[in-house]
Amino acid sequence: MIEVKDITKSFDGKTILHDVSATFYTGKTNLIIGQSGSGKTVLMKSLVGLIKPEQGEILYDGRDIMKMTTVQMKEIRKEIGMLFQGSALFDSETVLGNVMFPLTMFTTMSNEEILERAHFCLERVNLKGAENKYPSEISGGMQKRVAIARAIALNPKYLFCDEPNSGLDPKTSILIDELLSDITHEYNITTIINTHDMNSVLGIGENIIFINKGYRDWVGDKEKIFTTTNKAVSDFVFATRLFQEVKDYIVETAKPMK
Amino acid sequence: MLITKSLSDFGRYCLFISRVFSIPDKWKVFFRRTVTEISKLGVDSIPLVIIISIFIGAVCAIQMELNTTSPLMPAYAVGLATRDIVLLEFSNSILCLILAGKVGSNIASEIGTMRVTEQIDALEIMGVNSANFLVLPKIVAFVLFMPVLGAFCIFTAMLGGIGVALFTDLISLSKFTYGLQAMFNEWYVWYGLIKSLVFAFIIASVSSFFGYYVKGGALDVGKSSTDAVVCSSIMILLFDVVLTKMLLQ
Repeated sequence: MIEVKDITKSFDGKTILHDVSATFYTGKTNLIIGQSGSGKTVLMKSLVGLIKPEQGEILYDGRDIMKMTTVQMKEIRKEIGMLFQGSALFDSETVLGNVMFPLTMFTTMSNEEILERAHFCLERVNLKGAENKYPSEISGGMQKRVAIARAIALNPKYLFCDEPNSGLDPKTSILIDELLSDITHEYNITTIINTHDMNSVLGIGENIIFINKGYRDWVGDKEKIFTTTNKAVSDFVFATRLFQEVKDYIVETAKPMK
Repeated sequence: MLITKSLSDFGRYCLFISRVFSIPDKWKVFFRRTVTEISKLGVDSIPLVIIISIFIGAVCAIQMELNTTSPLMPAYAVGLATRDIVLLEFSNSILCLILAGKVGSNIASEIGTMRVTEQIDALEIMGVNSANFLVLPKIVAFVLFMPVLGAFCIFTAMLGGIGVALFTDLISLSKFTYGLQAMFNEWYVWYGLIKSLVFAFIIASVSSFFGYYVKGGALDVGKSSTDAVVCSSIMILLFDVVLTKMLLQ
């Protein structure tokens, strides 16, 4: 579980995050949602330690990363997997090389064991057969799956995903969402997903944190979101006519999403 | 304003270098990356070095011959002057200025692209010291391979001069080769070697610095690449003066 307590972050005198507090649960897909420029990427980067907030606490199962030394932080990083918006695969490495990378760097496993683990991770994300291709030779969806395989290679306790569906078609987006949800439950990971894809929100949002203008405005799940009285979150999630109609139908028939 | 920015950049460069020169996480990975970089930055530069050196060596010989048409000057002075120019300046300073364009832009654009595509962030999140992981092998590889490039440069530049003696009637081959060997000062080789090692470090580290701190997109990567070449070239010229004063006086 990751707890965030009253974190504040400013850039050039402009406050981006105002006393944000939130809890991200283990074994659940925790979603951070909000409009562009609302501060959700800053929150995500603060959570993984790429940005240091001015105040507050970020507790990884009770361990405050804000008070950690570089060496302690390095140890925590071995428990973290991250999926970047653009996948951030290493261009010079093959698919297999990318997945093997964290294993080579941080384990004392033999080459055979590393290969076995990398193949297992690639199989888990349904990417068998693409081992020897380079990132530039595979599709965006496949790149995302390689990035997921790389992120889970070290059996992380915490998985961070920055807009995992950006640039993907709806069908592939759903596949990625399902994969992330399955992995979260299968390995009991604390997964935190930064997204503004409403399909993800309504599909896998077990714990949703809505950030609005740098404030934590709303917390709930994919079922509560249909009945929320918070106008900002309602306007954001049900901005399109299709989602508005889905909401109206569900509220009228009182059938919460399953 | 300019002074403040320069001092600030110099401070950032020093901090960057202190991060680069830390102990690698995995020596095996470091050695593997160093060998790859030797191939990419060093071996791949050999054809360029050979082509440029042959022509510059030939031009030096021709110009020496045309500018030393005095009865007081012995004919072998052409070979001697060509050799000393190559040893003292061309095989280190001029060669490194050329390599700053090829290798420097290569390093800055590679690291810069890794920055803007979040590959460096990915390394940091994994707990890898990205500056050390990416930059140290480049610096070590280029500094290690620089003497080899220098040797290729000297050898092929001499061949260029010999070519002039062979295929033109400007100077006889025997006098030119005699000049190449006459009054040889061994220290010139060491002087050239020391300079080329310093310049190799400047090219690799300054270019990496510019690439590492890129912010933005493709346009900014291109700009950082240009800045890296310009800054490396200026630093090479500056250190050329300093080292020449220190080592030759």
